[in-house]
This record gives sequence, C-alpha cells and structure tokens, in this order.
Amino acid sequence: MLEKALRGNKSYFAWIGFLLILVGMGFGFYLRQLGLGLGITGMSRDVSWGLYIGQFTFLVGVAASAVMLVLPYYLHNYKAFGKITILGEFLAVASVIMCLTFIVVDLGRPDRAFNVLLYPSPNSVLFWDMVVLNGYLFLNIFVGWTVLEAEAKSAPPPKWIKPFIYLSIPWAVSIHTVTAFLYAGLPGRGFWLTAIMAPRFLGSAFAAGPALLILICLFLRKYTRFDAGWQAIQSLSKIITYAMVLSVFFVLCELFTVYYSQIPEHMYHFTYLFVGFHGHSGLVPWMWASTILAAIALILLINPNTRNRTGTLAIGCASVFFSLWIEKGIALVLTGYIPSPLETITEYHPTLPEIGIVIGVWALGFLVLSILYKVALSVKLEAA
Amino acid sequence: MDETRRNFLKIAGLSVLGFGAKPVVDAVAGTGEPKFEKDPQALNGKRWAMVVNQKKCLNAKEGCKDCVLACNSAHNIPDFPNPKDEIKWIWQVKYENAFPGQENPYIDEYVKKSLKGLPFMVLCNHCDNPPCVRVCPVQATFRRPDGIVVMDYHRCIGCRFCMAACPYGARNLNWRDPRPFIKKENPEFPTRSRGVVEKCNFCSERLAVGKMPACVEACKDKALVFGDLEDPNSEVRELLRTQPSIQRKPQLGTRPQVYYIL
Repeated sequence: MLEKALRGNKSYFAWIGFLLILVGMGFGFYLRQLGLGLGITGMSRDVSWGLYIGQFTFLVGVAASAVMLVLPYYLHNYKAFGKITILGEFLAVASVIMCLTFIVVDLGRPDRAFNVLLYPSPNSVLFWDMVVLNGYLFLNIFVGWTVLEAEAKSAPPPKWIKPFIYLSIPWAVSIHTVTAFLYAGLPGRGFWLTAIMAPRFLGSAFAAGPALLILICLFLRKYTRFDAGWQAIQSLSKIITYAMVLSVFFVLCELFTVYYSQIPEHMYHFTYLFVGFHGHSGLVPWMWASTILAAIALILLINPNTRNRTGTLAIGCASVFFSLWIEKGIALVLTGYIPSPLETITEYHPTLPEIGIVIGVWALGFLVLSILYKVALSVKLEAA
Repeated sequence: MDETRRNFLKIAGLSVLGFGAKPVVDAVAGTGEPKFEKDPQALNGKRWAMVVNQKKCLNAKEGCKDCVLACNSAHNIPDFPNPKDEIKWIWQVKYENAFPGQENPYIDEYVKKSLKGLPFMVLCNHCDNPPCVRVCPVQATFRRPDGIVVMDYHRCIGCRFCMAACPYGARNLNWRDPRPFIKKENPEFPTRSRGVVEKCNFCSERLAVGKMPACVEACKDKALVFGDLEDPNSEVRELLRTQPSIQRKPQLGTRPQVYYIL
C-alpha cells in the first residue's frame, strides 16, 4: 500500500519537499551537536532537561489521544468514528516516532542507547517508558495497517486483530501514566511531586491530541476530497471540551494545594511560573499566553453555538493545542528545575541549533504523518 | 523438507529468545560478585560517611578552597569558563542554599557572627536510599556495599534522569568534551568523555590504596572528617556522639551520609 504515498499532486510533493528540507536542516544541527556535545544547547547543570524532553512529554500526550477514537469506535461500536479512527492511530504512530527521536537527540551518549536493553533496570521509570512507548508504536502501526489493508481489499478486518485493538486501549493510558511517573516520583522536585501528575497528563493529552486531529480533519475537508463527517467532528469536539475542562480543573487543584499549604519547595516553582521569582520571570509571558489561550478555548468550546461553527471551532481547537503545548512542552519540564534544589535560579534559553533540531524532529513527525495519511486517504477514497 | 525447515526455524527462534532473555535473567537473578584481590593497604569500611565540622573551618585562612582544589586536581575536573557547563564534585555555598527552608534570622546571625559567614561545603551525600540509583535506566550509578554511590562512566548514556532525581544538585553532565579544559592531568584517575554524568565518589580510588579522600587530606583545619559509621570507635562516630549534627533534607527519606556540625 505504501506505493500510494508516491502518487500525488504538485502541492503534496511541495509539502513533502518542504518537510524534507526542514528534516535535513535539523539533521545538520544534530551533527553539530554530535560533534560538540549537548553544550551547544541552552541546558545547564541546573536546568538539565530542556525543550527536547518538553516536546517529548507533550507528544506522548498527542500519541495517547488516539484512544479517544479507538475506544468509542471499537468498544462502543460508535460508527461515526469509522472514517477517522485510522487517522488517530497514524497520528499516534507519528507522535511516538517524534517522542523516541526527541529522547535520542537528548542523550549525552546516543551511541550507548542500547544499554537500556543490555542492562534492563526495572527500578527505572525510564526503562518502563521505553517499553510502553515502543509497544504502543508497534500496536498502532500493526492495528492501523492491518485494518487499512483489509479496507483496501474491501474485506472486513481479520478477527485476530481484535485483541491487539483492545490491548491498545489500556496501553494508551499506560504511556502517559508512565511518562508522568518520570516526574512524579522524584523526591527533591516539589513542582513535579504531585499525585495528580498522571491524571493531569491524561486530561491534557485527551484535549491536545483530538484538537490537532479536528484541525487536520477541517484542513482535509477544505483541500481534499476526504470528509471526516460533521458528526465525527462534533463528537470529537465534545471529547476535547470535557478533557480541557478536566485539564484546567486539575491545574487549579494543584494551585489550591500549593498556595493554601504554602510549603515553599512546592510554591516557589508556581510563583516563578506565574509571576516570577526573585526578579526572574522568563516563563511568565509563556504561562499567561497559555492561560489566556485556555480561557479562549473553554469559552469557544463550552458554548454550543461557537462549538458548532467551523470557524470558531477551529480557533477553539488551535487554542487548546497551543495552550497545552506551552504548558507541557515548555513550562512543565523547565519549571521543575527553577528554583534548583539549592534554591538558586538558573534560567534556560534554548539556542539556535537546539531550536533547529526541535523543528527538524517535528518536521520528521509531520513527514511520517503525511505519508501515512496519504496512504490511508488514498485507500479510503478508492474504497468509497 | 518443509517439516524440517519449520522445526529448524522453531529451534532458531527459541534460541534467539533464550539469548534475548539472558540479560533479563541476569538482572533479576545474577550474582554480581567481582573476583579480584584487594590491595592489602586498602581502607575497608562498612558504611563510609563524612562529617563537615563548620566550627573547625573557622580557623581557615581567608578564601580557603583547599578541599575544592585538591578534589579538582585529584579527579581531573575540568574548569569551564561558562558556568552553564560547570562540573563540581565538592563546592562552597551559603547556609541558605545548603539548607533551604531552614533559615531564620537568628541562625543567619549565628552563621554570620559565630561562624564568620564562612561557606558550607556541599558534595554528594552518598545516600543510603539514593534516588539517583533508583532512576538510572542502565545501572550506571550504583551503591556499593560500603555505602559509596559510584558511577560507571563507560555505561552512562547521558539521559540525566539522575540529575533530575538528586535533591542535592550533586550531579554533573559533561556538556562538552572536558579534556581540553583540564588544567593539569592526573594520570592516576581517568578523564571522562563528553556526554556522561559524574559526581563525587568519596575518593573510592584512594580508599582502595589506603588513602583518605583528597578533600579530607587537604583540609589543614581538620574540618572534614571521614570514616566508618559502623565502627563505634571511629572519629566520625565520636563527633556525632558528642556534638549535635544536621543533614541536608533528611525529610526526603534519602538518608544522606554527610553530616554537618555548626
């Protein structure tokens, strides 16, 4: 079926070419990083994880969100999602590939990455994260491809694929839970040491991923012959609304506990994030941008009139996506390090090569996504 | 023919599975006893620990950094011009940075007046319950039976999970190649490569040949005391028996093994 990705119009190949250029640029910067070390990034002794791990964390959420389509469609036989479930699964594939790439570019010694397999360490959450992410990647490629292949042959999907589909549902929850546990189990980092981290991750994941999917569906409807169906988009938008409400609620729960208890090692981080701490306020504009976007998103999505109109729905979904991208992709990781365990403040500013690598990895993800979607849509349009 | 090929594939598949399972079995049921002869001079302890006696530090000459300098040269610690890339095994901080959350105006006054405002020495605490060891995905950092938490520079993948886990900021990544930044290389100790984590090792390499840690030896005022906590007659035990001491962030359950007398 992959050959279908090789046929397309001019704008398709222009898009693929554009992505390839970005990937090449990112790879060029990565070669520099390989030569000089992670010193070319903005990370430091005090802020030892930066944009790479932030993007990784955010994208695990986008990957996990495929379950919001798989579960209604396969478990509740919700037919409206029939056309787009494959889009959710392939979005998960592209996202996990980006996650794994971000982990590799973040390693100080990528040449030793396979030590994780040579010396398996069940104590380490990172070991389990490797297991669940690779498992999820396999499940989604396998399930998505098998079901699509059946569709291409105008046959129902084989029965033996069902157990894999059912397995992928709890597995989606596991990837974001385990990723949250990377942070939530560290004794000296008050910002991350919270039991609500995993629920919060899931809440934001089930909002951000489907929001991206709606934006993609609206784009496809406008520029291609593929229509996801208004009912599917509507149902998805309700899922996003509930998930976003939960996500904001969970953050408010954090704020209550932290500011009512007033325990400094938990409180200082939030203070740094929202209003600045001891004259350092690098993340304050970002966090307020995220807050305002979240407010816009909730207003547009809760109100049925704006949720049901394409234009306002698109703005709402974009607001959800960028609000949560800031929250997970930037604020969550960095703020854990500021202030440091010795209560000093080192701020973090990503460097040009670092941003170039981040853009390159995102482009790689979109390249995989475009190719997979091209195949899926060709099959669907031929079958129709 | 088909039948035998199928059998062959079955056996081959099982063998591959068996080899693949070996590291898993080793991880769960391996016996990791090294086999080599120890130096007869070696210092043997059951639970190595350090006492930082700030009262003794009072005699130090102004701006004394002997312990830091001794450690830096013993361990080939690079001197990076950019603080972002810094590597520190033992270093000086203010009271409120060593013990955040335990400041009050009166102890600040005590530190300023009675302790002459001298800095506090901080280093890896060689915790009895080290979070860095718990999180390492490749067991590149581990706790020896004598309590020292050490690093395997040849196994570390540079993921920096341990740096996130350490509540004492004791860990460093080699963000750049450290070798060009080493002032004078000590051939007795390995240099590190770019991309691996390192930290204080309680001078395990010196203990192995019967020497005290470099910082302890360098301190002319005997403010740093090193010894075996399991030995009731050791100097560290004597100090902890006779004077009240505190630890950094004991509430986190890491059971740090560097004690402070102030």
